[in-house]
Amino acid sequence: MGLDAILLSRLQFAFTIAFHIIFPSFTIGLASYLAVLEGLWLATKREAFQRLYLFWLKVFAISFGMGVVTGVVMSYEFGTNWSVFSRASAPVIGPMLAFEVLTAFFLESSFLGVMLMGWKRVGPGLHFTATCLVAFGTLLSAFWIISANSFMQTPAGFAIGADGRLLATSWVAAIFSPSFPERFAHMVLAAYLVTALVVGAASAFILLRNKDQAESRIALRMAIAMFAMVAPLQLLVGDYAGKHIRMDQPSKLAAIEAFWETKAGQPFHIIAWPDRKIAGNRFEVSIPHLGSLITAGDANATVTGLKAFAPGDRPPVFIVFWAFRIMVGLGLAMIGLGAWGVWLIFRGGPERSRLFLCAATLMGPAGFIAVIAGWTVAEVGRQPWVVWHVMRTTSGASPVGAHQVSASLLAFLVVYAIIFVAGALYILRLMARGPGEEDAAPAAADRAPGSPFAAAPTEP
Amino acid sequence: MAGLDLPLIGVVVIATAVLLYVLLDGFDLGVGILFPFARGSGERDVMMASIAPYWDGNETWLVLGGGGLFAVFPGAYAILMPAFYLPVMGMLLSLILRGVAFEFRLHGRRRGKRLWTIAFAAGSIGAALAQGLIVGGFVQGVKVAHDAFAGGPFDWATLYSLLTAVGVVAGYALLGATWLMVKTSDDLHGDARRWAGAAAVATAVLLAVVSLATLGVDPRVGARWGFVAGRIDLAHMSPRLPIPVLGVAGLALVFWGLRRSAHRLPFAGALLVFLSGYLGLAASFFPAIVPYDVSFREAANSPGAMALVLAGVAMMLPLILGYTAFVYWLFRGKVAADAGHH
Repeated sequence: MGLDAILLSRLQFAFTIAFHIIFPSFTIGLASYLAVLEGLWLATKREAFQRLYLFWLKVFAISFGMGVVTGVVMSYEFGTNWSVFSRASAPVIGPMLAFEVLTAFFLESSFLGVMLMGWKRVGPGLHFTATCLVAFGTLLSAFWIISANSFMQTPAGFAIGADGRLLATSWVAAIFSPSFPERFAHMVLAAYLVTALVVGAASAFILLRNKDQAESRIALRMAIAMFAMVAPLQLLVGDYAGKHIRMDQPSKLAAIEAFWETKAGQPFHIIAWPDRKIAGNRFEVSIPHLGSLITAGDANATVTGLKAFAPGDRPPVFIVFWAFRIMVGLGLAMIGLGAWGVWLIFRGGPERSRLFLCAATLMGPAGFIAVIAGWTVAEVGRQPWVVWHVMRTTSGASPVGAHQVSASLLAFLVVYAIIFVAGALYILRLMARGPGEEDAAPAAADRAPGSPFAAAPTEP
Repeated sequence: MAGLDLPLIGVVVIATAVLLYVLLDGFDLGVGILFPFARGSGERDVMMASIAPYWDGNETWLVLGGGGLFAVFPGAYAILMPAFYLPVMGMLLSLILRGVAFEFRLHGRRRGKRLWTIAFAAGSIGAALAQGLIVGGFVQGVKVAHDAFAGGPFDWATLYSLLTAVGVVAGYALLGATWLMVKTSDDLHGDARRWAGAAAVATAVLLAVVSLATLGVDPRVGARWGFVAGRIDLAHMSPRLPIPVLGVAGLALVFWGLRRSAHRLPFAGALLVFLSGYLGLAASFFPAIVPYDVSFREAANSPGAMALVLAGVAMMLPLILGYTAFVYWLFRGKVAADAGHH
C-alpha cells in the first residue's frame, strides 16, 4: 500500500471516528441523565421530571441512532483499511471488541426499543429498568473501547509471537493496561460534561425567552450542579493522566507541551508555533519553570524534549500542541461557568442573569469540541505508532489502493455532512421548542409519548 | 477449555450470528425495499412502525458478525475486508442512510420527510445489493497470497455477483413482505400479500438460477454437489439433497400460505428459504472461510483469545437471545393503523 493510500486511510479513520465520537460522548451522559430523571419522577411523582424525561428522550433517540450507524462503520474499518494491524493485534484486542458487542451493544439496542416505544406496554418499574440498562450499556461500551484503545497507547500483558502476532500473556494486564483507569475516568467524565453543557445550553436558551419556564429552570440547575462538580474533577483526572503520559509516552508529552530540548525547569508555552522542520518553536509566549511544575510536579524537574527522539519517531507537534490547548482552554471555561452558575444559584437564580444564560447557551457545543480535541491529543500524540512501540501506523495498513480509499473518503464526507446537518437541525428544532405541554403524560392516546412517533408533526 | 475444538465452535458461532443477521435484518431491509411500492405516507408510517422496535437489535448481529470475525478468525477478517473494500463501504453508507431515516423521517417536515423516505428505500436497496455482491464475490473465491488479499479492487464485480445481488434484494423483499403480513391488517396487509406473491416468484426464479450458476462457478463446488465432468454422482449428492429440498419446501409453504390467506405461514416459509440458501452456500465450501484457499482453522485466532471470546459468548448469548425474545414478545401483535399520525 502506497503512502498516499495510508494517508487517506488515516484521514478517513480520523474523520469517521471523530464524527462517531460526538454521539456516544453525548448519549453516555444523556442515558445516565434520563435514568436520573425517570428515577426522580417515579420517586417524587412531579410531572416536571416526566416532561423533562420525555423531552430529552426524543433528543436521545436521534443522537443514539446516529451513534449506532456511525459506529457500525468502525467495526468494519479496522479490516478494510488496517488489515495488517487487525491481524497482528486481534489476539489481544479482538476479545475486547467482541465483548463490547456481546455485553453492551445488544443490551442497548434491545432495551432502547422498550425505552422509546414500550411506554404503554410495560409498567413504570420495568420501563425504568430499561432506561437504567441502556445507561449501563453505554458505560460498558465505553469501558471496552477505552480498554482496547488504552492497550494501543500503553500495551501490557502481551508477548510478540514468532509470526509477528501479539499474544496475550495476562488478560487482566492487557484489559487494565497502565493508562486505562485514568483514560476511562477521563472519557466518562467528558461524556457527563458534554451532556451537562448541552442540557444547560438548551435550558438557558428557553429561559432567555421565558425565564419562568418551570422544566428549564430545574434542568438548568441540574446541569450547573453537574458541570460545577465534574469540570474541576476532570482537570484533576487530566492532570493525573498527564503525569503518567510523561512516564509512559514521553514523546507525546513533549509534543503536548512543545518541549524540544531535554532540560530542567521547562517553561510552559501558553502559545507557540512548533515546527518539526526546524525542530523548534518559531514563536512562543512562555512562563518560565511552569512547564516542569505542571508536567512533573516540580519546577526544577528535568523533562524530556522531542529532540531525544529520532525525527521519524516524533508525533505531529503542531496538531497535538494546539489540540491540547483547545481542550484545556475549554475545560477552564467550563470550570468558570460552573462556579459562576453556582454563585448565581445562591444569589437568587441563574435565570435572572441574561449574561449567564447567553454564556451557558454559547458553551453548549464546548464539550463536543473538547472531546474531539482531547481525542486528537491522544491519537495524534501516539503517532507514528499504531500500537505504542510495537507497530508503526504505516505497517498496519491494508493492501488497498489510493483510488478506493479516496472514493470511500469522499462518500463519507458527503453522507456525514448530510446526516450531520439534518440531525443538528432536528435536534436544535426540538431544543428551540423546549420541554412543555407536548411532552405530557401518556393519556388516552394509544401511542406512547415516549415513542419517536409522538414526535412526528401532524401531516401538513 | 482443553479438549474442545475451539475453531469449530467459533465457526458455528460466527455462522449463526451471520445467519441471524440475514434473517432478522433481512426482513427489516425488505420492508425498506418495498417502500417505493407503498400507497402513501400513512402506509409507509405503519411499515416503519412494524420494524422500529427491532431494527437496531437486528443490525447488532452485523456488528457481531464483523467484530466476531475480527476476534475469532482475524486471518479471514484481514483478507475479506480489503477484498470487498468497495461493497463493504457501500453497505455501510447505505445502512447509515436508512438507519438515520427511522428518526429523521419523523422529524422532517414536507421536504425533509420526502428526502428521508427516499433515503430509507435507497439505503435498504443499496445495503441489500452490496451484501449480495459480497456473497457473490465470496462464492467466486478470493485471491490470496502470503495470508493477505492479493487481487484487484473489482474482482467481485462479475455477472454472477450481480445475479446474487439481485437475488438477495428479491429474497429480502420476500422476507419484508411476509413480515408485513404478520404485523399489519386491512389494506396494507392486502398489499403485503401481493408483494409477497411477486417477491416469492422472483426469489424462486433467482434462487434456481443462482444455485445452478454456483455449481459452475468453481469445479470444486460442482464436485461437492456430485456434478463431476457432466455426470451425476449420487453418493456425493444424496447427503446434501435435504438442503435444496428444504428450500423448495419453504417456497411451497409461502405459496400455500398465500393461497390460504394465512398471516404467519408465508413468513415461516421465507425463513426456511433463506436457511436453505445459507446452508447450501456453507455446504459448498466448508471448511474454507476464505474460498478456496484458507480454511477456518488457518484463519483462527490464538487459542487463548478464542477461549476467552467463546467463554464470553457462552455466558452472554443465552442472555442476548433472552432479551431479544423479550423485545419480540413485548411488541407482538399487529401494528396500530394510525401509527405515525399522533
